[in-house]
Amino acid sequence: MANTTDDAHLSQIGNEQLQLLERLSNACAVSGDEGEVRKIVLEEVRPHATDVKVDALGNVLVTRRGQGENRLRVMLAAHMDEVGLMITNDEGEGIYRFATVGGLAIADLPGKTMLVGKEHLPGVIGIKPIHLTEPEERKKPFSLEGLRLDVGLAAGKVKVGDRATFATVFVRQGPSLRGKAMDNRLGVATLIELVKRAPAQIDLLAAFTVQEEIGLRGARVAAFTFNPDLAFILDSTPAFDLPAWDVDENVRYNTRLGAGPAIYVADSSTLSDPRLVRYLIDTAEAHHIPYQLRQPGGGGTDAGAIHKQLAGIPSVSISVPGRYHHSPASIVRLSDWQHTLDLVTSALFHLTPQVLAGER
Amino acid sequence: MKPLIRKLVETPSPSGYETQIRSVVQAEIEPLVDELHVDALGSLIARKGQGSAEGIKLMLAAHIDEIGVMVTQVDVNGFIRFTTLGGVRPYTCIGGRVCFLNGASGVISMEPLDDMSRVPTFEQLYIDIGLSSNQDAPVGIGDVAVFDRPFLDLGGRLVAKSMDDRIGAAVLIETLRQTKDSPHQLYFVFSTQEEVGLRGATTAAYGIDPDLGLSVDVTGTGDTPRRSKARMEVSLGKGPAIKVRDGGMLADRRVVDWMVRGAEKLGLPYQLEILEGGTTDARAMQLTRAGIPAGCLSIPCRYVHSPSEMVDYQDVLQAVQLLVELVSHPIKL
Amino acid sequence: MTEIIAFLKDLISAPGISGYESAVRPLIEKAWEPITDKLSVSRLGSLHGFQQGTSAEPRPSILVAAHMDAIGLMVNAIIDGFLRVTSIGGIDTRVLPGQMVTVHGRGEIPGMIVATPARLLPSNVQDSNIPLEYLLVDVGLLPDEVTSLVRVGDPVTFAQPPIETAGETLVGHTLDNRASVAALTHCLEVLHNRPHVWDVWAVATVQEEVTTGGAYTSAYQLNPSLAIAIDVTFATCPGCPSHQSFPMGKGPTLLWGPNVHPSLYRIVKELAERLEIPYSVEPAPSHSGTDAFAMQVVAEGIPNLVVGIPLRYMHTPIEMVALKDITRAGRLVAEFIAQLDQNFMDRLTWDD
Repeated sequence: MANTTDDAHLSQIGNEQLQLLERLSNACAVSGDEGEVRKIVLEEVRPHATDVKVDALGNVLVTRRGQGENRLRVMLAAHMDEVGLMITNDEGEGIYRFATVGGLAIADLPGKTMLVGKEHLPGVIGIKPIHLTEPEERKKPFSLEGLRLDVGLAAGKVKVGDRATFATVFVRQGPSLRGKAMDNRLGVATLIELVKRAPAQIDLLAAFTVQEEIGLRGARVAAFTFNPDLAFILDSTPAFDLPAWDVDENVRYNTRLGAGPAIYVADSSTLSDPRLVRYLIDTAEAHHIPYQLRQPGGGGTDAGAIHKQLAGIPSVSISVPGRYHHSPASIVRLSDWQHTLDLVTSALFHLTPQVLAGER
Repeated sequence: MKPLIRKLVETPSPSGYETQIRSVVQAEIEPLVDELHVDALGSLIARKGQGSAEGIKLMLAAHIDEIGVMVTQVDVNGFIRFTTLGGVRPYTCIGGRVCFLNGASGVISMEPLDDMSRVPTFEQLYIDIGLSSNQDAPVGIGDVAVFDRPFLDLGGRLVAKSMDDRIGAAVLIETLRQTKDSPHQLYFVFSTQEEVGLRGATTAAYGIDPDLGLSVDVTGTGDTPRRSKARMEVSLGKGPAIKVRDGGMLADRRVVDWMVRGAEKLGLPYQLEILEGGTTDARAMQLTRAGIPAGCLSIPCRYVHSPSEMVDYQDVLQAVQLLVELVSHPIKL
Repeated sequence: MTEIIAFLKDLISAPGISGYESAVRPLIEKAWEPITDKLSVSRLGSLHGFQQGTSAEPRPSILVAAHMDAIGLMVNAIIDGFLRVTSIGGIDTRVLPGQMVTVHGRGEIPGMIVATPARLLPSNVQDSNIPLEYLLVDVGLLPDEVTSLVRVGDPVTFAQPPIETAGETLVGHTLDNRASVAALTHCLEVLHNRPHVWDVWAVATVQEEVTTGGAYTSAYQLNPSLAIAIDVTFATCPGCPSHQSFPMGKGPTLLWGPNVHPSLYRIVKELAERLEIPYSVEPAPSHSGTDAFAMQVVAEGIPNLVVGIPLRYMHTPIEMVALKDITRAGRLVAEFIAQLDQNFMDRLTWDD
């Protein structure tokens, strides 16, 4: 990565940023209950913001005003919530029924350890011993109906309505980082870094949103409040770059680890503004930042709600690729995170109203 | 009206990439309107008239995007994998031709299936533009294409791809041409991205905030084999359809009554339409801001979302007559 | 209490399916007229009832919504004098054969839903569970008369009259959500006789069952600081999972989940305990399935609360509700509103 004066605005991910990501990844913030992450975000951004507010849904809305005339109002969004569970019934003796919140696959639950409630009480999702099963039974997948959360003989410590997440602990493994909720604590960490080092020629409107995983709910009202000229959405997207078994070539990888930030042309919720896609690609090429185009289709980000607000907001999403999202742990490459941060930083620093010249 | 219809349906513009069709429409309407602009999602919004004491702010919407496909991967052998833009179905793709906005053309085919009596999934389809490898391929990830079929004039009936909703756009353009005097402030909106979720109309309606909204779009028919009695009651050739409800909305009953009165005043045939699946820009208008009474004037259409959609020419002409009548007089809901 | 029963029985005897709420709105207007300062109708037909607060302007306002639309059927086609119908809102079609209905065409025409006899069905349709396309409404009239009285798009509603059943319970159709409209009316009655600082907008919303369109648009228009949705919820009944249903007659439910502001929930829960109003906690992990789902995300966002009235056999013509739960729900909301002071919004925080 070139470090000329043109790149002086870039920041290197070091221990400070890794420790922040670790705190964020280990925090428990299921959709609708984002308090733990919100607290970290508020601590981090307050010293760098012109204005900070927590809105009616719990979004953290941060304004960092720039200087100069004809400033673009640029919204950046990163969702704070993760998928998880909510306790729905107390069946006695420490056993609880639960529901999933967001797109969590039932197949990822059996045999896992969880953290429950504000006190992070440990619990397990157990299954009956193999000795007591029949082969035919083991061919059928578990259903939500058949699974329970067990916190041991701790009567009264867990309440109906408490949330639970995987009990995964963040670790660094060589070039990779492993932890839960990389979707989207990576986006949150990136956005915090951008707030700290925002360029002067734009008004930076940072929305740390809630409830993305259950319908892009927070982003909708954040966009209405900010009413920006354009929006960049920072999220995380799956990398399915594993061996494809019975074909020669994996043509459905979505994104690949190590190939850099993934720029969205289209997902199921948004057709990115082509002007902004072009701008990101041009920026990446001019600054020699590796990037990839996320395979179009499927998925969705806060952009889906943002671009349709008010009279329309030109939007594009950029994600750090990660394997195994919505499972107990995702694996990402530190280099992809660095390059994503570099790309978005460069894009913001060189942004002018010209980017929206011409019709969509 | 046929030359106009031909010009519109033969312009390639899938959801999200409506630049070409927008230019074509703009050229047609520019001399006829007072003001034109393109909004953030690319919708073309044209205002005609200042309105008057007897009039309201009326939004008429027809979407200019069509369903299409987008490249997800060009494999090592040059075969192109794709995702869909809007409601495309696998069985209308096989053997069909597509043309990319950048000029390339090709054919859609499918992998052999273990059970050839089944309908393939999109993952089992691919586009072949005649490459031998992906080296120097003229298309890449994100490039878009539309189905490639020319306009076919069968006399009383017209066939083309993108009748949904270029026929609606044609009706709006012709209505604009024929409306001499209107008490209303008229907004003709050629909306984008309808096929992927009414997105253009959502933001256009917010920006305009009209008193009443009407979409002009195609609807299905129940007049093709196999003719079970458990079918939709709308047919080609029985007049334009006045939408009562569809899968996404209930038309405002006052708007339905107003449209029926207009049709009866002119002695025009019309059909009352209930569509079980699918919806139109009217839903987006209805839910905007503090709410907008909304309805839809539908053009009956066979084979919707296939490359050969068929409408009845008289239905189309009558739709124009009805719309001109409706917008030319004060509206009492 | 007698007045609530009489009002509710009138309400559930009136039609008013989604999109056609003008059939029931006048009844609500009549009941609200003496207990509100101003009545108005939204562009989509929702009824807005305003009670002014006592403090100086600018006064904060609270919106309380109860949807007045109901599920029903609509004429889809007329074949030889028989009517084919489509559903408006979600209906389990297995309850339909043999139901008495009213067809709202030129006049109110009584009819019955009938199943096509097995021998006339297509071979792939099982006669033990006939889909809606093969059910018909027979109004007992000759085909010519039918076509002169009925047309495509005419609403068809259940003709089940209200029945007072044991233990102060009421059975009828459209208790979803007219029971909540009655609760909201009781709330207005209580507040009418109590000074309250905040402005109150009682809104009988339209089209909750199809688009929650009334909730989106009234919340946008009225721009309140807080919103409460009162809707029915699942009461325990045979076949209902016990973890997703709540006892009838043991008080309203308070929803807990992303659709509800946690501080609002806590405040109302503590209030219910102080007032000794029994309640159940209703976990709603993602979606509340009510007008609150729409109101929460209007404009800059509105903190929401959802109060549920347990109801057995939801979306059938024989829904059942306990009258005490209706008055408890109404009273709880009224007491909550009565204790709101000018600075409440400053104290409504996250993460305390």
